[in-house]
Amino acid sequence: MQQSTMKEKPPFLQEEVDITPTAESPLWIHDLTVAYHRKPVLWDIDLAIPEGRLTAVVGPNGAGKSTLIKAVLGLVPSASGRIRIYGKPYRRQRHLVGYVPQRESVDWDFPVNALDVVAMGLYRKIGWFRPVTRKHRETAMEALAKVGMADLADRQINQLSGGQQQRVFLARALVQDARIYLMDEPFTGVDVATERAIVTLLKALKEEGKTCVVVHHDLQTVPDYFDQVALLNMRIVADGPVNVVFTEDNLKKTYGGKLTLLSDAFHAFACDPRLPKGEKRSGS
Amino acid sequence: MIRVRSRQAMIAPMTAVTAMLMMPGDVPAAGSLAESGLEWPTWTELLRVISLQDYNTRVVVIGTTLLGLAAGLVGTFLLLRKRALLSDTLSHATLPGIALAFMLMTLAGGDGKSLLGLIAGAAVFSVMGTLTVMAIRRWSRLKDDAALGTSLSVYFGLGISLMGIATRMETGNAAGLNSFIYGKTASMLFFDALLITLTALGAALFCLAFFKEFGLLCFDSDFAATQGWPVGWLDLILMVLVVVVTVIGLQAVGLILVVALLIIPPSAARFWTRRLSVMLWLSGLFGALSGLLGSAVSALMANLPAGAVIVLTATVFFILSLFAGTDRGLIRIIAERRRLAARIARENLLRTLYELDERRSGPQAGVHQTAAHAFETLLADRSWTPTRLRRTLGRLISEGPVCSESGERYRLTEKGVRTAAEVVRKHRLWEAYLIAHADVATAQVDMGADRIEHVLGPEMIRELESLLPEYSKTGMPASPHRFEAPKGGP
Repeated sequence: MQQSTMKEKPPFLQEEVDITPTAESPLWIHDLTVAYHRKPVLWDIDLAIPEGRLTAVVGPNGAGKSTLIKAVLGLVPSASGRIRIYGKPYRRQRHLVGYVPQRESVDWDFPVNALDVVAMGLYRKIGWFRPVTRKHRETAMEALAKVGMADLADRQINQLSGGQQQRVFLARALVQDARIYLMDEPFTGVDVATERAIVTLLKALKEEGKTCVVVHHDLQTVPDYFDQVALLNMRIVADGPVNVVFTEDNLKKTYGGKLTLLSDAFHAFACDPRLPKGEKRSGS
Repeated sequence: MIRVRSRQAMIAPMTAVTAMLMMPGDVPAAGSLAESGLEWPTWTELLRVISLQDYNTRVVVIGTTLLGLAAGLVGTFLLLRKRALLSDTLSHATLPGIALAFMLMTLAGGDGKSLLGLIAGAAVFSVMGTLTVMAIRRWSRLKDDAALGTSLSVYFGLGISLMGIATRMETGNAAGLNSFIYGKTASMLFFDALLITLTALGAALFCLAFFKEFGLLCFDSDFAATQGWPVGWLDLILMVLVVVVTVIGLQAVGLILVVALLIIPPSAARFWTRRLSVMLWLSGLFGALSGLLGSAVSALMANLPAGAVIVLTATVFFILSLFAGTDRGLIRIIAERRRLAARIARENLLRTLYELDERRSGPQAGVHQTAAHAFETLLADRSWTPTRLRRTLGRLISEGPVCSESGERYRLTEKGVRTAAEVVRKHRLWEAYLIAHADVATAQVDMGADRIEHVLGPEMIRELESLLPEYSKTGMPASPHRFEAPKGGP
């Protein structure tokens, strides 16, 4: 792991880091706690994501990475804490946020094609009861082209490979033309071509000055793909620029050691005979 | 709840109108085949129904057709939202509502069988049934199936008991109330049919208006929520539409079978298309045709319960779609599978011929030397039945890659060498890939490795070549394994 942090960085990651975490940053979280059935999943999260950078959220399975994203989007209720997108609550800033959910979150055996799914990202702009017009389809087509899927636009979505499905979701977020993108494990179970397409896309978004927060599981690629990292295991272990924070010491803290004791304690606390054993509703 | 109650009050004066429309003696018992057996219609009766000459039949048939249309449209989204079973619970929960409404209206001195009153009671209880399911799901940690089953049986049991009381009431005539369980269009009055027609039309239009919103809700409700769509409200509107279709369908189809009208047409439509809009219209069409044919047949044969006929008609559409459907119908799937199997057999045979040639002329690179091989040699190599080998050879000869020579010997033609070389190359690239990256491949691909080579597209070939640079340089890679294990054909 240390070896990869030592590696020469690509030019687009080399410039100086200037982060001043404020409530005005693209994503600012203060004192966030989320619990499923009285069992805490996220505990006392404080996080500020700097603008215009690629941030990875990294942590072991069940660390609450997806839950963090979902809490930001209001998909899971938070027990306490404040979340701000550019200084305001999410429900007033929806148009600024693009969301790429986990691929497994939907049933792909749904009677629509790739273009239809991408157009769904435009529904809010289109508004109630208005149909999708040719102009909207063209916008969706451009987004599909950006992820290298233009020739598969007519393909029914269950005829796509896992990586292609993931790219459809990316394109759906792209059409929103957001300022901050939240992506939930876009690199999981994808083919080489998709991985390359996502990396290219992330670079392009960064060059446009967009902010990306990506839940990521592959530790080896973190230094190559991202400039910021937040290490998460129920609480934030460390966050900051990759070259500062992404150390073996911090990773040990995130993936093992004392923190497991803490989670054991929480588990014992939440162990109620009425609850089914091992129930867990969140992914990772 | 309050709003529904006030509607019931509003309905009271209207019962007089219904009572006037109600002819004396129009109180048939629930249809039962055992009673008098089937009576086949005469030609004149048949003609009257088909040409919709009879005014009453016409209204009933139109009403049921529109009901089927609305059920098909609403059912499409219900099915895609994966709430099909909820509608079953919901329809069974209407029974206590019907019985209670009957008792209340009879006690109030009105006509106990006013459709509007009964529908209102049914609607109240179907909503209560739905709320019960949601409450159980939310607070008890029971899973969906348990919550649905519990509510269904509890409400239906309650309904049966209340029906028992209702039929024994001193005042009022409960006869015919049973038709709400099994469905009987014959007991439908003009006013009822009109009510059903208009409501069904309204529900259908509503459903079409929400096409885009319902589609998003059904595909990815989480994403819809993050976009600011009121997912809770959309779900509620969809459930209200389901309740509306259910309660107006009670009289025609009956509460046990009305769920079929919601679920079968969209299930049948799914076999034909990959487009939501097409599925929606097909489902509506299947529903409408089921309603039309079902009520017409039931009008001809008074002893056939309309609900059963409607559902059976829908089932006929379903079975037809299951087999003949152009998207995922069984006939198509089986045909595709057979075509693939035949192609795999041809490709395997071509590879055998090519490799036998190679073995004879030695592994030197350069021009491929063809040779004629005996039927028995091929049979031994492929371990197929003689019939299968003969059939595959026949196909290859007629298509051109193989020619036959005297004494049952077969040789690759010029065209055959080209095709076979491609197949062999694919096969060896794939084998080399498996050897080099086997753990990756088996994790990503869940098809038998033996079949993969037959479905490799040009894109994947390029990918393979970039992964295996030593193989892409030479035209034909040597077989990566030297052993000559007998290979069985797939």
